Amino acid sequence: MKISISLTINGKQHTDQVEPRLLLIHYLREVVGLKGPHIGCETSICGACTVALNGKTVKSCSLFAVQADGQDILTVEGLATNGQLHPIQEAFWNEHGLQCGFCTPGMLMTTKELLERNPQPTDDEIRHGLEGNLCRCTGYQHIVNAVKSASKAGG
Amino acid sequence: METTATKTRAPLVGKRIRRLEDPRLITGTATYVEDIEMPNMHYAAILRSPYPAAKINRIDTHASEQHPGVVAVFTGKDISHLGPVPCGVSLPDLRIPNHSLLAQDRVYYVGHPVAVVVATNQYIARDAVDLIHVDYDPLPSISDPEKALEDGASPVHPEWPNNIAFTHHQEGGDIEKAFQEAEVIVKERIVSQRLVPSALEPRGTVSTWNSGNQSMTVYSSTQIPHILRTLLSQVLKLPEHKLRVVAPEVGGGFGSKCELYPEEALTAFISMKISKPVKWIATRREGFLATIHGRGHVDYYELAAKKDGTMLGLRVKLIQDVGAFHMLLTPAMPTLSVLMLPGLYRFKNVKADVVGVFTNRMATDLYRGAGRPEATHGIERMVDILAAELKMDPVEIRFKNFVPPSDFPYDTPTGLSYDSGNYAAILEKALDMAGYAQLREEQRKGRENGRLIGIGLSTYGEICAFGPSPALPTGGWESATVKIEPSGQVTVMSGISPHGQGSETTFAQITADELGVDIEDIVVAHGDTATVQHGVGTFGSRNTAVGGTALFLALRELKEKIERYGSMLLESENVTYGGGVCTCNKTGTCVSLTEIAAASYKASKLPPNTQPGLVSTNYWEPPNFAFPFGAHLIVSEIDRDTGEIQIKRYLALDDCGKVINPLLVEGQVHGGVAQGLGQALYEQVVYDDTGQLITGEFMDYALPKATMVPTIETERTETPSPVNPLGVKGIGEAGTIAASPAMVNSVVDALSPFGVRHIDMPLTPEKVWKLVQKGGKA
Repeated sequence: MKISISLTINGKQHTDQVEPRLLLIHYLREVVGLKGPHIGCETSICGACTVALNGKTVKSCSLFAVQADGQDILTVEGLATNGQLHPIQEAFWNEHGLQCGFCTPGMLMTTKELLERNPQPTDDEIRHGLEGNLCRCTGYQHIVNAVKSASKAGG
Repeated sequence: METTATKTRAPLVGKRIRRLEDPRLITGTATYVEDIEMPNMHYAAILRSPYPAAKINRIDTHASEQHPGVVAVFTGKDISHLGPVPCGVSLPDLRIPNHSLLAQDRVYYVGHPVAVVVATNQYIARDAVDLIHVDYDPLPSISDPEKALEDGASPVHPEWPNNIAFTHHQEGGDIEKAFQEAEVIVKERIVSQRLVPSALEPRGTVSTWNSGNQSMTVYSSTQIPHILRTLLSQVLKLPEHKLRVVAPEVGGGFGSKCELYPEEALTAFISMKISKPVKWIATRREGFLATIHGRGHVDYYELAAKKDGTMLGLRVKLIQDVGAFHMLLTPAMPTLSVLMLPGLYRFKNVKADVVGVFTNRMATDLYRGAGRPEATHGIERMVDILAAELKMDPVEIRFKNFVPPSDFPYDTPTGLSYDSGNYAAILEKALDMAGYAQLREEQRKGRENGRLIGIGLSTYGEICAFGPSPALPTGGWESATVKIEPSGQVTVMSGISPHGQGSETTFAQITADELGVDIEDIVVAHGDTATVQHGVGTFGSRNTAVGGTALFLALRELKEKIERYGSMLLESENVTYGGGVCTCNKTGTCVSLTEIAAASYKASKLPPNTQPGLVSTNYWEPPNFAFPFGAHLIVSEIDRDTGEIQIKRYLALDDCGKVINPLLVEGQVHGGVAQGLGQALYEQVVYDDTGQLITGEFMDYALPKATMVPTIETERTETPSPVNPLGVKGIGEAGTIAASPAMVNSVVDALSPFGVRHIDMPLTPEKVWKLVQKGGKA
């Protein structure tokens, strides 16, 4: 049995027939072809799969695709506009906020929501805001710097 | 031809420049293994043993095979003709059990692969794994390495009842004399617990067989594509020239992807069987169950000294928890520990007895630091324990025992030759930066008010830039090819296989400076055996020191060739290449690299004894390792009521020789420290008494989060290495090696009023709270 879902992803309308048990992350990666969100743990701890659902971040490994029916999704691929990097992307690049890059798409999406909620966060608020995203490479310090830099740039 | 002056600009080496790798990574357009798609892709899923030890009576795959979408199910009997998972180490009494790709008649650890299902999609493959019925007879198992050595312990491998996997003995100086002359001897049992490396990208592989030309391509999340190709060729019994291995974007490794894992060979085998591409991606649970673990030491230290704090000798018994099988370098891990036992200190007497022990657990092997964190943790803890015994300041005892700068190159009692260093200078700098005297005063006052403040140091040394080839089963050299394309842009092909370190950027910096080209005109390629000449790969903090030096040599050679072409085009014997142009030193006339490149490929005229094109390949065989060092200092405070540890300051002072890109060096230090603190404070692999893995997910294994790592104050000294022409050492593992002893020393210092002398990691609040409650008695 397949179910029809219609949703907006990065500003584009998509309609697909999906199995009810298909996870949102697998729908995005394998049906829509957006490889930016990654699968790091399947238990909603690592946050590599983070996307925005109606402007709020969700762990797309812990939702079914059918739950996103009729909703609006933004992934890392939708951050840059007209070939211009989003200020958060620029900030992560400038501040060396990534090493292997696997956690980065999720980090960027979480940062976006964090700065929307709190445009001038303190270091502590940034660290708490990023608690749902694991990074094994950076020790987080350059990520915190990147979020601060994006905050200054009005990201 | 022009007469313009040579283009001059500031060198890029030494500059904080942002990375060339990042645009693809921040836009979600990088290609990791799981992102690879191919027509007719099939998906493998693996059935793993739920028992730590059991006899397999029968495997019934019928229901699984009949499941719609399943193409095939393979068990041990199907792959018994293939080679085992290799161990690359030789030691005189090493016992290497047969480590077949899938279990044969017995399973040896929870997670041992038993069968593999291949299906048209991953959901079906996982469903069908659950339809395989295995009839097991559970057997007694052993999980604790010390208990495994006791008489009557259950043998992991029945053929070796004492569970000893190997022994290793090393001795330097006269240890008996040192202990006879000792005025004080301190002893401690120090555990370096098992850890899960936890690269954020799980392991994964895609294999595709081309039956037409009988060739195989394996994409794998690996740190060693060329070595993996050689090993796969042996395991699969395929000719190596028909085998291509690609390490695409790799999402972290930390040593855990320096292996041939069964799944890499299994997907290749299945692809040949079904003539379709086959993908397997580890679940995070498989990352815990069936990806190598790090550390796993129980070590007994005895340190002999004079009453004035002069250290005389170190005697150590090291117990390495091997797990059920060896992986590629497992037995080498504790031998690396032994090498670094003397740390930065000049005592000349060392004796180490290593025993590797089989247990019914996943294998241990390389994890960031690989043997050196265990040794550094040991010696740095013992120095503090000795200082406490003698009521000396831990700083004073270190200054007293450091190898002085005048003694380099310094021969250690473990057979190494430390290349260069100034240990007192970096410690002095750290103490200045910390305001050490004032910190001690604050601590004293705080104690009067009942506060538990600790100041902990580690003055670490490490061995890296692996390394001279005789020291490594893989060879320790590295390669580089530099190709100036006909249009003048530059392609560098390096035998290293970076996966987050930023070597595409640092190598482009070196290239830009040597050739005088813009960094945008350079691409650094790596990780594909079909395009890159043979190389050794990325581990042991070797990228820049070994791979960078090979690149530097190739660039030097290429510049000579450019000058030969320049000389021909300028019709002058007296030319110099620099800043992107070749200039006649007499007339000032010059010709650009673009023009030279075009002429070299057009080749209508060639300089004498010169071939067409501008390509150079070179190799670097390092004559020695390199030895970074540093001083890390942690100020911590313990909450009496909860046992929680707050890191108030973390100072990381490192000397990694010459620095190519300070921004990237800081990134490596931060990340390394976070992993060292992970071991010190949070992380531990727990198998219960029945051999079940209790910490099997990120839900129950405490990987540090952003709130759990402090802000790190970094500073450097710069002592060039004489081992290579770049003067570089290595920084990938330093932070991890330095952090754990500094953290434990800090907490023990905080608890010293209770008489606490040692605490094993991780320093959980529960453990600390109990010590506070019981007045220091564990």
